[in-house]
Amino acid sequence: MCEEILNLSVLQLDALREIGNVGAGNAATALSQIINRKIDMTVPKVSILPLGDVPDVVGGPDAMVAGVYLRVYGPAPGSILFLMPRESAFYLVDMLMGREQGFTTSLNSMDESALMEIGNILAGAYLNSLSFFTKLTLLPSIPALAMDMAGAILSVILSQIGTMGDHALVIETEFTTEFEGVKGHFFLIPDPGSLSIILSAIGVKE
Amino acid sequence: MAELIKVGMADYKIGSNPASIISYGLGSCVGIALFDPVTKVGGLAHIMLPDSTQARSAENPAKFADTAIPKMLDDMLRAGAVRTRITAKIAGGAQMFKFANATDIMRVGERNAESVKNVLKKLGLQLLAEDTGGNYGRTVELKLESGLYRIKTIDKGEKEL
Repeated sequence: MCEEILNLSVLQLDALREIGNVGAGNAATALSQIINRKIDMTVPKVSILPLGDVPDVVGGPDAMVAGVYLRVYGPAPGSILFLMPRESAFYLVDMLMGREQGFTTSLNSMDESALMEIGNILAGAYLNSLSFFTKLTLLPSIPALAMDMAGAILSVILSQIGTMGDHALVIETEFTTEFEGVKGHFFLIPDPGSLSIILSAIGVKE
Repeated sequence: MAELIKVGMADYKIGSNPASIISYGLGSCVGIALFDPVTKVGGLAHIMLPDSTQARSAENPAKFADTAIPKMLDDMLRAGAVRTRITAKIAGGAQMFKFANATDIMRVGERNAESVKNVLKKLGLQLLAEDTGGNYGRTVELKLESGLYRIKTIDKGEKEL
């Protein structure tokens, strides 16, 4: 069987990248307003990767990361994941809580709520722009948080995709702050059936 | 240094003494270690899903519990292992995220572990030890010198099965 995502045209990939660009731009602006710092972002990458290679994007399957995960509900369901190196998550909560940088070495439940709320805001900003482009109503679930190995966190999403194929389409943007402390990866991973719905909605369905 | 054989997600590898087979960062996936203590031939599978018959795409047998284990067992027998001596140890099958309305999708770890045990039973392979469930990731390593199965976690320490 031929996987749909392996046959995407250059035009379709460009369209997905542009959606990622605007979505991530919105999310970066929202994050910047919350922490009151300038946020830089890379041009989104649209990658079609064998499932086992996805954890390499964030430093390998045993890299220690914090992940905020949301399901996307609506006509084009999928997953949103905001992954940060563990140290970045600590820096971020220090910033949010007004503590001295480097204070936090483990998360209390208040810190966890704060990180989930960040994920919520980023996902909301991203989905707003995706909904705007596609005219599809896409809503995020309540966020969930895990602090663990990247492979373990990604396995949850990848196993869902694995029922349909052996590759994941990953729209990925990297955020960095002006100083070293905080960086993160924002992933939009559409469920396999959702891609053609998104592509039709933006008018680049072959 | 003994050779370290790496197994990615949805893959399996076999080897023999003195190598070790390792797989990093299992979450909902399950790592199945099979070992023949006499020939010291062993294998490690990193499966993602419980059942190939319920998947739209089943091209990669190493992805599913019901297809990966028999295939790895065959490879081990071809490499000289003797079926009646082969035993199993398993780890993984965590539920990494807790959602209020946990669907079947979220419980994939639990279903993976269940399916692995059924497959082992069907194949008549004895399950010697397991470390499954919880809400944390695991890195697993099968040492083919001894059959020890080492499990590393971030905050829950290290153990050997």
